[in-house]
Amino acid sequence: MMTLSIKNATKQFGDFTAVDDISLDVAEGQMHGFLGANGAGKTTTFRMALGLLTPTQGEVLWQGRRISYADSPDIGYLPEERGLYPKMKVQDQLVYLARLRRMDKKQAEQGAKEWLERFEVPHYANKKVEELSKGNQQKIQLIASLLHNPKLLILDEPFSGLDPVNVEMLKKAILDFQRHGATIVFSSHRMDHVEELCDDMSILDKGKLVVHGSIREVKRTFGKQNVRIHSDADITALSELPGVEKFTAQRSGGVFRIADEAVGQNLLARALELGPVRQFALEEPSLEEIFIEKVGRAHV
Amino acid sequence: MYSFWIIFKQAFKTKAMTKSFMITTLVVVASFFLLANLPSIIESFDGDDNSQQTIQVVDGTGQYTEALQAQLDQQDSAIQLEASALSEEQLRTDVEAGEMDAFLVIEGDDEITARYIAESATESAQAAELENALQSLQTARVAEQLELEATELAQLFAPVEMEREALAESSKSQEELSQARGLVYILIMVIYIAVIYYPNMIAMEVANEKSSRVMEILISSVSPVKHMFAKIAGIGSLGILQMMIFALAGYLAIQSSGSDLTEGVFSVMGFSEVKFSTFFYAILFFLLGYFLYAVLAALLGSLVSRTEDVQQLMLPMMILIIIASFIAFSGISMPEAGYVTVASYIPFFAPLVMFLRVGLLDIPLWEPLLSIAIMLLTIGILGWFGARVYRGGVLMYGSSQSLKDIRRAIKLGNEK
Repeated sequence: MMTLSIKNATKQFGDFTAVDDISLDVAEGQMHGFLGANGAGKTTTFRMALGLLTPTQGEVLWQGRRISYADSPDIGYLPEERGLYPKMKVQDQLVYLARLRRMDKKQAEQGAKEWLERFEVPHYANKKVEELSKGNQQKIQLIASLLHNPKLLILDEPFSGLDPVNVEMLKKAILDFQRHGATIVFSSHRMDHVEELCDDMSILDKGKLVVHGSIREVKRTFGKQNVRIHSDADITALSELPGVEKFTAQRSGGVFRIADEAVGQNLLARALELGPVRQFALEEPSLEEIFIEKVGRAHV
Repeated sequence: MYSFWIIFKQAFKTKAMTKSFMITTLVVVASFFLLANLPSIIESFDGDDNSQQTIQVVDGTGQYTEALQAQLDQQDSAIQLEASALSEEQLRTDVEAGEMDAFLVIEGDDEITARYIAESATESAQAAELENALQSLQTARVAEQLELEATELAQLFAPVEMEREALAESSKSQEELSQARGLVYILIMVIYIAVIYYPNMIAMEVANEKSSRVMEILISSVSPVKHMFAKIAGIGSLGILQMMIFALAGYLAIQSSGSDLTEGVFSVMGFSEVKFSTFFYAILFFLLGYFLYAVLAALLGSLVSRTEDVQQLMLPMMILIIIASFIAFSGISMPEAGYVTVASYIPFFAPLVMFLRVGLLDIPLWEPLLSIAIMLLTIGILGWFGARVYRGGVLMYGSSQSLKDIRRAIKLGNEK
């Protein structure tokens, strides 16, 4: 069953088209990653999904209906611009925000305690948010978005500005949360996060959806592979062979981008003629490569 | 409704727990007690005034000292005269040396002339008392010379009696008016401060939530309109609580001063003829004024991205309130002026000006009712309009400092 369904959604602000005719389904219990440069329309898409913005055309449906404030208890949101009450105590803040999503007070108090312990910050419960470091504030922000056990969790850049240890901690928490049955949509500028966490993914560019589908499918339909050959001999000349689209030299060999698998076998045969081959591998393209190919520039 | 109460309670609680709120409340309550007990406090400092003051007199004629003393005693003065054996020159050196505060020189036969010589001119109360006594003495002497009878003298100094009578039916009698005036003045002051203080609180709250970016979380959880009205209701209740504390403190303070509200200072304030309706209207116009300006403040607060910009955007609203107060305070002395009547129907002025009119004049009931209806209508329109601006405004960031942004916000709110 499709839980979140974006149908031909377009959002214009005056003359500016922030989101241009996007259609997309996110199945229940899935994790969907959004990639896109700044200003690609990720946040606008999320705000439309949340009902904060109404699409100029098209619609966004959640379980067949437009999202309204009646769905508030089922939805969790981590905005890109982090925001908490600076002068309110962490525990009070978490309970207040969960209660706004109509969670029971006792449950919210208990849940907040458990999550703080899980993120190894129980001693911050009675501190003011402004006294916490950026990374710890972000933990609190994430707890605030999922404390009330939403069925749909929307995370806008959940990992930005965190150190690697905390990224791992948050990743694990988000994966666990998905395993409990939540549908999660998140945006990131880190390809590896999307690759690691997501079932499905989309790439947005200037408001348009340029790629979308399961990661495996996206890679397959990309129709290109990388051939990695490490050899004692100089294999640079092989890049001139027909079927090689791109060659990236490395210290002891290089990576050839090919569109046809047969070219790979040909490359291997020719490399062997030049000298002994230390390593040969047919590799899937990385998301980074797909992104550069589709968007025409590097993703920063 | 659940989330409305959550926001309502939160707004009420966090504001009530702030240091500034508690300190303001305490300071006002303390000053009430101080003011109410001011007369007795002043008296306790004035203890020495009743002690005897002895003044040396150089009486050239030798005939006035006794008569002057008699006159002073009649005036309940504490001054005691003492004929000095020393000459004026010697007394002068004594005063200069600080051994004596002041002395009096009386001269003249038919017309009394006197000189009061003191180290500094600050002992004027004593001088005035002496001058008064000398004046009476002089008058009595002249009357004697002219062979006037005491009754004739009384006639000469009798004050003119002029009674003011108002013919307009609506006007209260002069006596009633002056009694009501003090109370109305105080209550207008209270309403004036309240419609500045509490709506400002709201604008700051909204701007705070926007600048800390918690707003986006809030309005993804609860509708912005609900959020806005819950906040206004929460802080409004806090305002009512604070006013009730002040009223209770004021009452207790007056009780503690031992006055029964009809004497001295309080008689001027008109507490002796307290009319229940005046208080009722004061509460009513306080609430209406609060809601009117609170909606406007929430709307303006939603436009700024930084709390520093709040005051700038609030300026037009403050000017409205200040104009209202000018009309109301100037209207206290002439409540029937044309501009006061007109202003009492203009919604932004009505909370102060219509209250002034119902407090001071006997106007027919339909007049305040019409004014209240106009205000309710304006609050309704402003609430509807404010909710639209608010919906867009809370998502709008950037250097918004002008009222032009209202249009942008409505557009964003509509596109929603």
